[in-house]
Amino acid sequence: MRSTQRTGGPIERTPGLVRFSDLPPDVLRDIALVLLADLVVGVSFGAIAVAGGLPVWLPVTMSLLVYAGSAQFSAVAVLTSGGGAAAAAATGLLLNTRTAAFSLAVADSLGRSWAARLVGAHLVTDETAAFVLAQPDPRRRKAAFWISGIGLFVAWNVSVLAGALAGSALGDTARFGLDAAFPAVLVALVLPVLRDADGGARRAAAVGAVLAVAAAPVLPAGLPVLLALLGLLATGRRPAGGAA
Amino acid sequence: MNAPLVCVLALAAGTYVFRLAGPLLQGRVELPARTQELLAVGATVILVALLATGAFTEGHDFAGWSRPAGVLVGAALAWRRAPFVLVVLGAAGATALLRLAGLP
Repeated sequence: MRSTQRTGGPIERTPGLVRFSDLPPDVLRDIALVLLADLVVGVSFGAIAVAGGLPVWLPVTMSLLVYAGSAQFSAVAVLTSGGGAAAAAATGLLLNTRTAAFSLAVADSLGRSWAARLVGAHLVTDETAAFVLAQPDPRRRKAAFWISGIGLFVAWNVSVLAGALAGSALGDTARFGLDAAFPAVLVALVLPVLRDADGGARRAAAVGAVLAVAAAPVLPAGLPVLLALLGLLATGRRPAGGAA
Repeated sequence: MNAPLVCVLALAAGTYVFRLAGPLLQGRVELPARTQELLAVGATVILVALLATGAFTEGHDFAGWSRPAGVLVGAALAWRRAPFVLVVLGAAGATALLRLAGLP
């Protein structure tokens, strides 16, 4: 599972093994810091799930198999507030539709072998996509994908387990402000992107955010975020279709 | 098989299908440069919407002022290029302090 990072494409004769040295130190440092941040979010998730009355195995299994922070948070929110399993799964799936877009965006960075693609697909997250899209060339993109992907997967699952085990001891997680951790991680991820983005992308993001927040009280969970894509109309460019 | 487990398995299976979109469609579908650019912007738009709804709402209700204020503290730290951990702990800490002070 950990040795699937070979590509050996026809163009480059070097074996496609990813090395830490493929990435500049500042990118590696950024990845390490996101790992640490995700540890905090993971502990939050495990603790919030168990404090909400769910058994320890549920957040742990969910983190291994679903491995998508925001979808896990929203599915657990539905489960702990008495919603059904179907509603919880639907909410998470709706949120994860964006993962298809990320997956398309980073597809050429996974590697060429099917093993690398099948394993790599499971590691596609908001964070890995953000790291990959910030790299200037294919080699660095691939290194960024695998190093951040494997690191985050391990960090996330270890921290969720720790949070779930500690959850019953923590009591009221809101008291510790843990519910602010996840949006804060997204802010930290998206600010550098917005900083470099052109005015159109910033407008799209702003309009989308306003639409999503305005729609949240009335639309089912998960839909407001997708509605935000209408913000793309504010980029000043004609949408080329199929942006979901 | 209990209901929560079914929920986890359904969510896991569906999510993996979404994640396979890239590897499966790559090479078969040649995306125009503009579409790729739009996908990248679309991903950013969704992330920003996700953080906005996550900061302001809890289900269908307003989350109270403490959480968005805490996230704002995190945003200020991120803007000053503070490390990720500091951003997250700053946001959680500010939210916790505001709640301690009696803000909802």
